Amino acid sequence: MPDKRYVMDSKGLERALVRIAHEIIEKNKGIEDIVILGIPTRGVYLARRLNDILKTAEGFEIPVGSLDATLYRDDIGFKEEQPILKETNIPVSIDNKKVIIVDDVFFTGRTIRAAMNVIMDFGRPASIQLAVLVDRGHRELPIRPDYVGKNIPTSMQEDVKVHLVETDGVEEVLVEEK
Amino acid sequence: MSKLLIKGGHVVDPANGIDGIFDVYCVDGKIVEITHHASRITHNDCTVIDATGLHVFPGFIDMHTHLREPGYEYKEDIRTGTMAAAAGGFTSVACMANTDPVNDNSSVTRYILKKAQEEGIVNVFPVGAVSKGLKGEILAEISDLKDAGCVAISDDGKPVSDSRLMRLALEYSKPFNLPVISHCEDLTLAGDGVMNEGFISTKLGLKGIPNAAEDIMVARDIALAELTHGKLHIAHVSASGSVELIRNAKSRGVNVTAEVTPHHFTLTDECVTGYNTNAKMNPPLRSISDIEALKQGLKHGTIDVIATDHAPQNADEKDVEFDKAANGVVGLETAFSLSLKLVSDGLISLSVLIEKISLNPSRILGLDKKGSLKVGNDADITIVDLNKEWFVDVNKLKSKSKNTPFENWKMKGKVVKTIVGGKVVYEG
Amino acid sequence: MKLNRKDILSIEDLTKEEIELVLKTAESFKEVSERDIKKVPTLRGKTIINLFYEPSTRTRTSFEIAAKRMSADAINISASSSSVVKGETLKDTAKNLEAMNPDCIVLRHSFSGAPHILAGLVKCSVINAGDGCHEHPSQALLDMLTVKEKLGRIEGLKIAIIGDILHSRVARSNIYGFTKLGAEVRAAGLPTMMPCRIEQMGCRVFYNMEDAIKDSDVIMMLRIQLERQNAALFPTVREYSKLFGLDSKKLEMAKKDVIILHPGPINRGVEISSDVADGRSSLILDQVTNGVAVRMALFYLLLGREL
Ligand SMILES: [Zn+2]
Repeated sequence: MPDKRYVMDSKGLERALVRIAHEIIEKNKGIEDIVILGIPTRGVYLARRLNDILKTAEGFEIPVGSLDATLYRDDIGFKEEQPILKETNIPVSIDNKKVIIVDDVFFTGRTIRAAMNVIMDFGRPASIQLAVLVDRGHRELPIRPDYVGKNIPTSMQEDVKVHLVETDGVEEVLVEEK
Repeated sequence: MSKLLIKGGHVVDPANGIDGIFDVYCVDGKIVEITHHASRITHNDCTVIDATGLHVFPGFIDMHTHLREPGYEYKEDIRTGTMAAAAGGFTSVACMANTDPVNDNSSVTRYILKKAQEEGIVNVFPVGAVSKGLKGEILAEISDLKDAGCVAISDDGKPVSDSRLMRLALEYSKPFNLPVISHCEDLTLAGDGVMNEGFISTKLGLKGIPNAAEDIMVARDIALAELTHGKLHIAHVSASGSVELIRNAKSRGVNVTAEVTPHHFTLTDECVTGYNTNAKMNPPLRSISDIEALKQGLKHGTIDVIATDHAPQNADEKDVEFDKAANGVVGLETAFSLSLKLVSDGLISLSVLIEKISLNPSRILGLDKKGSLKVGNDADITIVDLNKEWFVDVNKLKSKSKNTPFENWKMKGKVVKTIVGGKVVYEG
Repeated sequence: MKLNRKDILSIEDLTKEEIELVLKTAESFKEVSERDIKKVPTLRGKTIINLFYEPSTRTRTSFEIAAKRMSADAINISASSSSVVKGETLKDTAKNLEAMNPDCIVLRHSFSGAPHILAGLVKCSVINAGDGCHEHPSQALLDMLTVKEKLGRIEGLKIAIIGDILHSRVARSNIYGFTKLGAEVRAAGLPTMMPCRIEQMGCRVFYNMEDAIKDSDVIMMLRIQLERQNAALFPTVREYSKLFGLDSKKLEMAKKDVIILHPGPINRGVEISSDVADGRSSLILDQVTNGVAVRMALFYLLLGREL
């Protein structure tokens, strides 16, 4: 069995999302003009949950979509197999909107770079912000998140796994040896 | 005097009913004695070949070879073609007339024989054309061809489509006792087909040639042989229906003989899968039930001869789209091993195999000093190690062309020595 | 699941899972084609050569758009106009193109098996864009995508393919494809249009249009090659149309919600009447749209392999 350590349970996960939601409201002085786009697969579910929390707090819903950046990646041909394409669904025009990208684990920054390029091809947002559940370090690009659920320092020999009820049946974040 | 003694080999000579350990003694290119007691032959200036553990056969005769010379020397010439023949154990080959110029007149025949004399290492017997230029319009000078040395006539490569011309050929050739070798194919039915018509052609999207394209012509030629009492030989039978037609005709006493090639009784059209142009030939490789019929035909004597239809093609003519690729495979160097499989499979005896690859061709072509080890015959002898296994390596083929579907096949039975007129021309 | 192959030469080669992967990927690419900016940088720097030995504006354009939407450089070479291939053997052309370091060659050829030969000669990927009477895999994939999109599934459906099956690469690819995905395929046409032992491919053979379409969910009409009519598989176009042309009267014999496909270009009034071709049941234009998505998916799946 590879080494595993649990770094977040369902309570911790919920608390982190509530905190991020409140930081979003605070930073943007409300949630007018905000569009949330989750990176498939788990980023999309996190985006929906954030929307639920924001709705409870502010009393109205904001557009939530999904953004698959696979076609904008820079590692085509370097990987053994092609990643399966996932859904991109941007429900409204993003022109002059504040777009918040939501992902589960923030790592090298390359996925977010690709996601920003996708957004730019869809329109001209007023700003792009980044919310992540876990920041595990090892950035390869000059990108930093605006909202972080938890900083978890890791080594390159480790993997961070986020499990959500919607996809995995449990709620937990764990770090395991590769 | 040149003397040759082949000692202690297992001699199989169906014409004389010989099948056992004998010594074969030859003097000046002729067979002088076949004996149990060679020790009594005490000539000191005699070359001795120890054939212990080996088989000694009358030299093989291929009655269907394309030597390609003159005109297509880039595919094969008389020197390389006869080297390939020797390597396959063939001491004589009958070469087809579809050269350039066509062998439809005595000067071409004489050219071939002169080249064979100078450069060939086995006996070459030219087959003359039935029609001038193989055009299927008017008869070639068949008497002249015979006088120059032709042993049969054939437009092989194509059929004689005109039934009246075929009738004339069968009639006209009678006094010269030349067999008419017929490439049986109804061209209108074959159309632009490039392989056997069956599920494989459907799957590959290649145009098919139905068995009927052959059967129709075999039936026609048999009818014409019956009408004319001419001497008909059906080349490269591939279809089960043809075997049945020939069997029937023979039972009625029609003067017809037939040959089959090793590739037709070994491979099916499955071989074309992957658009393998080395499996493209005419007639095409057929189905498994056709193979079965061909084998039964060999077993029951319907099919008299195993012939190679050795058809060398340059790599550039095969390295193209299947539709564009030239027909044909080289066969001289693999024929015996593939045929020996019929013996090891229990289909025919070794003696019957030798009939089909030596004795019967000599009889059909009228080569009366060949096809058997009778005293006084030419000392054309093939010595074979029946148990020796080998792999087909195209780079080692003596033929100038390498178009074989048997590349890397494991073969059993290897020619050890080929002797033509008492001289060893090939040593394996 | 991955598409671990260098080339797409036939549907016969593909497994059910591979076909499903291509269809799933193609569905994602449809969304890209609906964006304002219909271009993604995925294949930036890749070179795709469209080598067409037979004129086919439709298929070539579809491959070209697919390549360009993925930011690949697409170069068209047509044998009729190009000195690159005129009088040259396929082998020499292959060597020449190889020297230009393409990442993929899309080949349309009038001889069956030409893509197979090309694939053996070059290191890059080869996509068969139709070879002789053999296969036309991208056409079958777009047909399957269209049916799946419209009817939600393929398994259990009845698909009638009508016309000159003998000469049709579209028919062969679709028979393999739909059969692999669990549909029942019916091949219908004149007996002169049925290739030998076609039923061994897994389809049922019909010589009567009504029986074939009666309870079918999909009717796929094949193009009659008028230029090949001298092969005389039927006496006159008029008689063929009477027996196997799809018009509104014959359509009444089919299910109400049947869908109609045609690989195009259509001969109006020959294999299909105008009112049917332009009618409610016809998905001919959806096929064109899906063609681009399928070809984008093929490029994506093939060119993303590890180098
Ligand atoms: Zn022939």
